[in-house]
Amino acid sequence: MFLRLHRGGTPVTVSIDGRAVEAQAGDSVAAALLAAGVSTFRRTAKSGAARGAYCGMGVCFECLVTVDGIPNQQACLIPVAAGMAIITGQAVPDPVTRRAP
Amino acid sequence: MTSRDPSGAGAVSHGPDADVAVIGGGVVGMSIAYGLGRMGQRVIVLDEGDVAHRASRGNFALIWVQGKGLNLPDYAVWTLKSADLWAGFAGELERRTGESLAYSRPGGFMTALSDQELDTRVSDLSRLHNRSPEAARFEQVDRAGMKAMLPEIGPEVVGGTYCPADGHVNSLRLFSALHQATISGGARYRPNAPVETVEARGGGFRIVTAQSEVHAGKVVLAAGLGNARLAPMVGLDAPVRPQRGQVMVTEKLAPFLRYPCLTVRQTDEGGVMIGDSKEEVGFDSASHHAVLAAIAARAIRTFPLLGRARVVRSWGALRVMSPDGMPIYDQSETCPGAFLVTCHSGITLAAAHADVIAPAIAEGRLPAGLAVFSARRFSGVSAVA
Repeated sequence: MFLRLHRGGTPVTVSIDGRAVEAQAGDSVAAALLAAGVSTFRRTAKSGAARGAYCGMGVCFECLVTVDGIPNQQACLIPVAAGMAIITGQAVPDPVTRRAP
Repeated sequence: MTSRDPSGAGAVSHGPDADVAVIGGGVVGMSIAYGLGRMGQRVIVLDEGDVAHRASRGNFALIWVQGKGLNLPDYAVWTLKSADLWAGFAGELERRTGESLAYSRPGGFMTALSDQELDTRVSDLSRLHNRSPEAARFEQVDRAGMKAMLPEIGPEVVGGTYCPADGHVNSLRLFSALHQATISGGARYRPNAPVETVEARGGGFRIVTAQSEVHAGKVVLAAGLGNARLAPMVGLDAPVRPQRGQVMVTEKLAPFLRYPCLTVRQTDEGGVMIGDSKEEVGFDSASHHAVLAAIAARAIRTFPLLGRARVVRSWGALRVMSPDGMPIYDQSETCPGAFLVTCHSGITLAAAHADVIAPAIAEGRLPAGLAVFSARRFSGVSAVA
């Protein structure tokens, strides 16, 4: 469970798996997910084990989510933006369009 | 667990711990241990730990025939034999373990980005084919033909060569399955047991590891680069050196590559592996941006859509290279019962190692046809570059 240390930033509304959630300007997608109580960002291909923000700094590639239709984005590196659509779970993109099927 | 010689004649006072000790728990060692165990041999595998240089975890996972044996047609024949054994080998491992190896054999491509590159390749393969017609089948494919089989090729691809005998596998699953099947077949596996010395004693071998001592009737050196140090202890020679290859893998993508290519292949899980530099940098398995960028640039010229894919991991691994790049199979004259197996194509040759080499070791004699792979061919060649 994650709680914000600093509240009162500029509110930014995003959607997480279709649910409207209020984040703060300057949040990474990972921070917004964790603050909204989402700690399982995806599950592994082999065993289905839960994965989330592990390193939090762009190295481990565990926190991949779909952002605005583009799969395999590193949640810890992308700042939230108003109206952003975040989908958890790993999607396999079409190699030509790079978009989720 | 220990069997005694009832006559008391055995020179090893407490009897051997195993019929065969295999030194090295990579794909090469485990393929042989698996094959030996299947024949009812009592096997012990002595392995290093996680810090070992382990080509088994870094390789490109091709089962590749095309172009093998340009300088020694016997190698072409031997490679094809293993490739032909692979379907049965994979099927049995899958049945024994329940693991899916994602083995497939659609044939493989070498793509060319210039007419000169294509001409060189075709002339090399033709020369090999003329010397070894059965083993070295290939087809030259023009750009239109390639486009039909690999629709995502870029405008610079002029053509390529196709060999129907090529295939690929998920080599990490293979590695895991080999361990499972070998251990469930009764072999003992000892990790973190780097071998310090091997000594012929009383018709068998005394093997000293960091923690313990093992006695075995026979010993198989399958320790990859470690064989260079171990081989002279039993009258053998393993002039192998590390050669680094760098590999990267993309995010998982929907399937688009129907055929493995020599340096680009899409795995069963969707990731695209891109790789294989050949670097003489000693025991340094690091990866470097400049080399990876060059590898990626060529892959993007071949398959432009890769320019938009995200690379999720990259790594370096060390090939186990002999002076002529071909395997070494040997048996010791001075220490009978000591065998040497080393190669840089441990995935391709895994089936032959389990189905041909292991039974030969159980019987105590390598097949006469493999004498050409003895390290005696390097007489006068210095051991390590």
